[in-house]
Amino acid sequence: MRHSRFMERLYNAVNPSIVGSLRLITKVFGTKLDKPITAAEAGLKGFLFDCKMCGDCALSKTGMSCPMNCPKTIRNGPCGGVRANGMCEVKPEMRCVWVAAWDGASRMKNGDEIKNIEFAVDNRDTGKSSWLKLAREEKNGDIAEVSH
Amino acid sequence: MGAAFQNDPLVLGTNPGDPLPMLEGHVSHGRFERVLKAGHFAVTTEIAPPDSADPDEVLKRASLFDGYVDAINATDGSGAHCHMSSLAVCAILTRAGYSPILQISCRDRNRIAIQGDTLGAAALGVCNALCLSGDDVGAGDHPEAKPVFDFDSVSLIRTLRILRDESRFLSGRKLDLAPKLFIGSSINPFVPPIENRVDQLAKKIQAGAEYIQSQYCFDIEILKGFMSKAVDMGLTEKAYILIGIGVLPSAKTASWMRENVPGVHIPDAIIDRLQQAKKPKKEGRDICVELMQQVKEIEGVKGVHVMAYRQEKWVGDVVKRSGVLDGRKPWQPENSIQKSLTETS
Repeated sequence: MRHSRFMERLYNAVNPSIVGSLRLITKVFGTKLDKPITAAEAGLKGFLFDCKMCGDCALSKTGMSCPMNCPKTIRNGPCGGVRANGMCEVKPEMRCVWVAAWDGASRMKNGDEIKNIEFAVDNRDTGKSSWLKLAREEKNGDIAEVSH
Repeated sequence: MGAAFQNDPLVLGTNPGDPLPMLEGHVSHGRFERVLKAGHFAVTTEIAPPDSADPDEVLKRASLFDGYVDAINATDGSGAHCHMSSLAVCAILTRAGYSPILQISCRDRNRIAIQGDTLGAAALGVCNALCLSGDDVGAGDHPEAKPVFDFDSVSLIRTLRILRDESRFLSGRKLDLAPKLFIGSSINPFVPPIENRVDQLAKKIQAGAEYIQSQYCFDIEILKGFMSKAVDMGLTEKAYILIGIGVLPSAKTASWMRENVPGVHIPDAIIDRLQQAKKPKKEGRDICVELMQQVKEIEGVKGVHVMAYRQEKWVGDVVKRSGVLDGRKPWQPENSIQKSLTETS
């Protein structure tokens, strides 16, 4: 994630406007446009970040490196198996998603977000749009809020 | 260790597997937590669960460590290979009075199974749990299996803390009795991203880990850097850190492990030393003894975790020679095989 700083700026510039316009669109059209919106998100974020559409986007908190590309889908990585050259234990040809994430976060303005705990994803959200979730201000249940 | 809980029959109960009374400020009924909280330098080791349905085989393997270790980790399908389950090994060991650590990996079970097993383990008297992400299925003998990874180790730690401290499932449903477990996790300071490994430790402690067992340490310099950062961040005040120590039998095995076991970092100097030694097996144990002594001197280190796969019979020897127990004698069964051996010799 050598371009994480740039990606962060792009994301911070674009994401709120997308979510903002979706807020309006969902008010007008309800759920009618959910399918194309979800497809657009999958296409754009898939192209840019190899997004897996987990439905609980953590990109801005993980150095712009999508944690769902980790073969173990670790949300608070890395695991202890990273190779000496920084490559993935499971896929030796791939740079560890979390080595990339910590590296990316170190270049980002809000990189410290990576130090916060991300609880396991809600598997019901797989394939759903994170943008729509934000637009509708749906929140994840705080089943595991860290209180200490 | 005071006589308070070693010799008093009233305190120990009638069966070796009976839970010890909970001490003030403790979270579990276990001996392992007591040893650490009493300020002793702790020694733990790892048992290889058998490829068998024979409980006696578990006890036989555990007896190799009698009198030298404070707790025994029961691995959970380590290297993604099938063996007797960690939960069953822990139950068998608990009944005999041992202090096992239930390793829980996220690879094979989802949040429903893990929470159920955690309650079951505590009901069977298990007092310690170690939260791990787990090796990938591709590393094992069933690479066609479906990897679960519903959790990662951090979410798992958090979940166990919720079960114990809030006496509820993740769903919110209340428990009638919470599992009194001493909860730990692992850390590997020796592989990338080396500068962020201490941040990873901080996250695990923030999630609720109370003790940490590290991956094999063969590189003291990296460990020193890691520990000094951990001390500076106050992490060693919040969790007990035990450093993983390995027993290497030969240069060939060491090179093989370095190439093939994920997350194992062995510097060339160690492999050269084994290569040049006249008796490589003895040299491997000497290295182990030296590492234990060096690790003990590092600020913030509260114990060692000796992993001696296929070298288990040497664990007692290296622990004894290292002197890290400072003359303390960890619990062992009354009828220990080791004890009768040492008494007759």
